[in-house]
Amino acid sequence: MTTHVISLVSIGAHPTSGRPRRAEQDARAVELGLQLAGDNLQVLHAGDIAEPTLRAYLGMGLAQLHVLEQPAGADALPVLGDYLQDAGAQVVLTGSQAETGEGSGMLPFLLAEHLGWPLIVGLAQVESIDSGVAHVLQALPRGQRRRLKVRLPFVATVDNAGPKPRQSAYGPAQRGVLQEHDVQVVDDELFTGAVLQPAKPRPKRLKVIKAKSGADRMKAATAKASGGGGQVLKGLGPEAGAEAILKLLIEEGVVR
Amino acid sequence: MSDIIRRDPRAEWIARNRLHPLHAAMQPEQHSWMGPNGIIRKNVHGMGFIGPNGIKRIDRSGAQQGGATKRTAAVQVQLPLHQVPAPAFYINVVPDMVGGRLSSHDRDLLGLARQLAGSDGAVLAVVFGEHKESAFDTAGVDRLLVLDGREFDGYSPEQRVHGLRAVDNQFSPRHWLLPDSRSGGGELGRRFAASLKERPATRVWQIKGSECIGRAGAGREDLARALPRLILAAVECADPVSDTRHEVLPVELSTALARSLPRIEDLGAVAVDPGAIPMAEAEFIFSGGNGVKDWELFHQTAAALGATEGASRVAVDDGFMARDRQVGASGIWVTARVYVAVGISGAIQHLQGIGACDKVVAINLDPGCDMIKRADLSVIGDSGEILRALIAAVQAHRNGAKRDAA
Repeated sequence: MTTHVISLVSIGAHPTSGRPRRAEQDARAVELGLQLAGDNLQVLHAGDIAEPTLRAYLGMGLAQLHVLEQPAGADALPVLGDYLQDAGAQVVLTGSQAETGEGSGMLPFLLAEHLGWPLIVGLAQVESIDSGVAHVLQALPRGQRRRLKVRLPFVATVDNAGPKPRQSAYGPAQRGVLQEHDVQVVDDELFTGAVLQPAKPRPKRLKVIKAKSGADRMKAATAKASGGGGQVLKGLGPEAGAEAILKLLIEEGVVR
Repeated sequence: MSDIIRRDPRAEWIARNRLHPLHAAMQPEQHSWMGPNGIIRKNVHGMGFIGPNGIKRIDRSGAQQGGATKRTAAVQVQLPLHQVPAPAFYINVVPDMVGGRLSSHDRDLLGLARQLAGSDGAVLAVVFGEHKESAFDTAGVDRLLVLDGREFDGYSPEQRVHGLRAVDNQFSPRHWLLPDSRSGGGELGRRFAASLKERPATRVWQIKGSECIGRAGAGREDLARALPRLILAAVECADPVSDTRHEVLPVELSTALARSLPRIEDLGAVAVDPGAIPMAEAEFIFSGGNGVKDWELFHQTAAALGATEGASRVAVDDGFMARDRQVGASGIWVTARVYVAVGISGAIQHLQGIGACDKVVAINLDPGCDMIKRADLSVIGDSGEILRALIAAVQAHRNGAKRDAA
């Protein structure tokens, strides 16, 4: 039995040129979906069907891509929520945040809340799906992984720890079919009060030295970084020293 | 005894009174004498006294009396205490507490909360589970709420959202502030926002009055909007609190938390190959230098501890480690939480490379080297013997844990 997987995709923007491209994390979500479900993967987009960049996803080897048609600036959440409620998916994969627009990363959380499904953040790998229960690996900072057990159906976000997406090929991209669905358009109320502006470079934080005397200022300018005197174990046997080190490592939680 | 340097009139009087029995002991230390070969020897270090601001002074007028007291003037400055006896409103902060301590991101966030609280509001920090932090007062926490319990152990985002909702009901804070970080805050904040059905401001880096600016999209645009109740703030969103101390009064939830069955079950951390983690973001680095003689043993120890290997420049130049393992100014600047330096004396270039490390452990033969001054724990001794003992201790610890589990 194969699982029914839906990957949600959006239009990305190149980080320096700003040209539209397939979004990096969404492409990873599609790749993970292809590894999970193969040809049964369903890819879903809410937005403009005329956008040529959508074909970059078809070029990853998809036969068709479902598009819930709505103009730019419309709220994708209600249409996606209604569609997914009836789609019968077991796993919904998304990128962790959009590359254009607000990019708050709230969509998967709100979708999970709307559908009442559990949400996995930072899915790196699906180990097994057995009788309605999935064992998955979650990516943590610093290259760590955590194993989680979750009941189907669930929503999962994929970040840069997900599998590297395959290249998009031109031929399949042109042969693939964009399938249109008509939905009711809901406007996003955010842009009534908020303004998008080109990003300003963040001010660099100044190193402020609060010294009372000239000697302190001199010391702050010239002193080496020092921990201010730690514990020094001298004249102990190697066993006692090793015990002390191990105790600190266990306290810090790096040795389990 | 206080560290403030004072004159001792009695000692000065004894030094003047040649008939006093303690007169000889109170004489200033002799700092020039005839050596055995008829040469005048001088002890330049014995001269002078430490002045009131901690600087050495030499009085050549002959008026100096009394023994040279070696007292430092390291006076701990007590910052003024900021009190909020009856808070008009609360600003709630949920710090990440990576490793049980406030991270620099958490401190920035508390600084931002302090700005929003002004003089009437109180900053309430909500901490899950046990913590090891002892500096909540200087970080700017007025009230501290520790949500303790088995249900918050490990990865328990749904239970934590329940906890935050209970806090929200009781304190109804003016703002909720969470760090928009990958180490938990970003996820918890978004889950909380989804459960409250409120729209948060994300990746906020500046707050001006009732406006806030956050990064949008892939970082090419900024989104300026009215300040919402829920704020997920980026790193360096504000300066941390540095001028005041705060009360850190403990508060408690008035209602017991309902326990719900978690839908996501945490099966624990998975062992990852420590060699595959990029050095710059490895959490635990075991680094060797010139003092390591047995490199086979060094690799065994790193494997036994499950640590990423690093090296000093000397070890790399001598061919014992690969160039991409070099820590320091011309190698990689590491951000490890725990850094173990074996046989590394601590050249300034190396110390720069480990500047961001939290805990440093040094194993070295030389008790006077710079690495020992930087380290939080140093063991003086032969690295070979200590590493062998460390492998044995780790294996004993792991076997003990297995026996406990069985």
